[in-house]
Amino acid sequence: MRLKKHPILKFKRKKEITFFYEGQPIIAYEDEPIAAALHAAGITTLSESFRFHRARGFFCAIGKCASCVMEVDGVSNVKTCIVPAMQGMKVKKQIKAKVSPEEFSGPKVFKQTPVIKTDFAIVGGGPAGLSAAIYAARFGIKPMIIEENFLMGGQLIKQTHKFFGSKSHYASIRGIDIAKILINDAQEKGVDIWTSSSVVGFFSGNTLGVIKEGQYYKVKAKTILISTGASEKSISFPGNDLPGVYGAGAIQTLMNVYGIIPGKRVLILGAGNIGVIVAYQLLQAGIEVVAVAEALPRIGAYIVHSAKLKRLGVPIFTSHTISHVFGKDRVEQAEIVEINNKWQKISGTEKRLDVDTVGLAVGLSPSVEILSQAGANMTYIPELGGYITLHNINMETSIPGTFIAGDISGIEEASSAMLEGRIAGLNATNKIIGENKEIEQEITKNQKELVELREGPFGEKIRIGNQKLYKEAENNGIY
Amino acid sequence: MEYTKKGYFLEKHIKFPSKKRLREKPVAIIECTQNIPCNPCVEACPFGAITIEGNINSSPEVNFETCTGCGFCLGICPGLAIFLMDLSKGYGLVTIPYELFPPDKGEPVDLLDRSGQKVGEGTIEQIRNLKKYDRTILVTLKMDEKLIKIVRGFRRKK
Repeated sequence: MRLKKHPILKFKRKKEITFFYEGQPIIAYEDEPIAAALHAAGITTLSESFRFHRARGFFCAIGKCASCVMEVDGVSNVKTCIVPAMQGMKVKKQIKAKVSPEEFSGPKVFKQTPVIKTDFAIVGGGPAGLSAAIYAARFGIKPMIIEENFLMGGQLIKQTHKFFGSKSHYASIRGIDIAKILINDAQEKGVDIWTSSSVVGFFSGNTLGVIKEGQYYKVKAKTILISTGASEKSISFPGNDLPGVYGAGAIQTLMNVYGIIPGKRVLILGAGNIGVIVAYQLLQAGIEVVAVAEALPRIGAYIVHSAKLKRLGVPIFTSHTISHVFGKDRVEQAEIVEINNKWQKISGTEKRLDVDTVGLAVGLSPSVEILSQAGANMTYIPELGGYITLHNINMETSIPGTFIAGDISGIEEASSAMLEGRIAGLNATNKIIGENKEIEQEITKNQKELVELREGPFGEKIRIGNQKLYKEAENNGIY
Repeated sequence: MEYTKKGYFLEKHIKFPSKKRLREKPVAIIECTQNIPCNPCVEACPFGAITIEGNINSSPEVNFETCTGCGFCLGICPGLAIFLMDLSKGYGLVTIPYELFPPDKGEPVDLLDRSGQKVGEGTIEQIRNLKKYDRTILVTLKMDEKLIKIVRGFRRKK
């Protein structure tokens, strides 16, 4: 089902089209991903587990996990959450592993490989990547952004709330509108934007392998920024693989980007900022939030955000975790249970909730795959979200000329991602055009703002994490 | 902290003006005591009545004497954490920032406190939906005078 009205958003649906799911016609709109259109048609099972044939739905809805892969027009392993449905497309459930070259039907990519040369290649078109491109373009560089999704803007495009911060971080502007500002700015400054393009390799000499529309390209760049963001974590409980158990961000994507109703009654797990913000956004779309459950004895979110939920009567259960999700082919009920200070379940405190959707807001992992495969020095810092590419305060990694920014460099907020993006973009520019006083000043200014943003109590985790990081980076010769 | 367990601030965490001031005209009450790096309310106030001491992470404070109760800060605050309280009309009025489907003017509603408990009944006195508030609407609830310190939400009757 699709949302008809929304107090904040307007859904401008494009031309109606028809595609086929297992031979059955499905109505969709242009620029609606296959998985989203199927969800709107009530089809939440996208594949089956290979051995036990359990129903599988999507999980992240932003192309990070492989939960939504289907066979599309004979091509296997298509991430249907970020590939738009097209007129006449034939979509099938992928119920068998396709790994051998004989079985795998994919684009024939190696026939001719065009080589693209660029000063600055940016992988990921979210707030960090866009900010880097804009700041580099201000100094005459023509960056290119390679974005896997068909939409630019990363996770800003689903944030209906106004952002904290000061004027320089677009405070009091909604995430959806910050995305528009950044995308317009990048376009006006002539940034070369490649959407629906996947980076599939990182080779020596700062060269990227890219697939766009079935064609393979090599991108040789003087400098590179990897701003691939993060992916949502899951936790283990019986039934966590059922369709209807989604990352909280996936719920936002379905509901706020495509205007599709994720479910009618929702349980949110995790009372950090993402959990409570998504819960409020569900209410905004007219969907019932049955409860928010949080394993810690306290709420991690800004209290102003949780207060918005509480004063509308949404219960938040602290010291509670999810113990079970029940259902045949999708979520029909969920059970939460109280836990003690040793994280043990207290029997007799189980509560069965009638929900059809469970949103997991239990943390994010930095999307470090490209750089770890490229051999960049990595480390593990829990405060930053797990495996992290070593980098210095200029956001440069152990691979000279390769930078990172945004959630990949430590899980934080969009405001810091934008500042990190600016810092990385300016440093890349410095490498390309030679050191420049004006650029140096801009770098210092943005670094100062970033320090200020992290000075409060909510910046403590990132401050501790970064302290560990910079020390280790220095020991590895990354200054 | 007690409020991180409950998920909302308690009256003791919030600064209120005197009864005398409440009888004069509406006044802004800021319920944001958690050191968030944020300052649009300071820039939004046309009367310079909101200040943040030190850096951006400090909590904002209202000067109740210079505040006119215009409500501009309510429509700007990203945390929807500023409210208006008013006793100048002989009954109680509380204005809350709201981003869900708006109720109708004159509609009877259940009044909820900060924890979401029903504490009384009231009506929608006014709805302000101004362009400069960018889709944040200000809902003014009419209620018994005694309730204005505790009512922060409402539930539409089915």
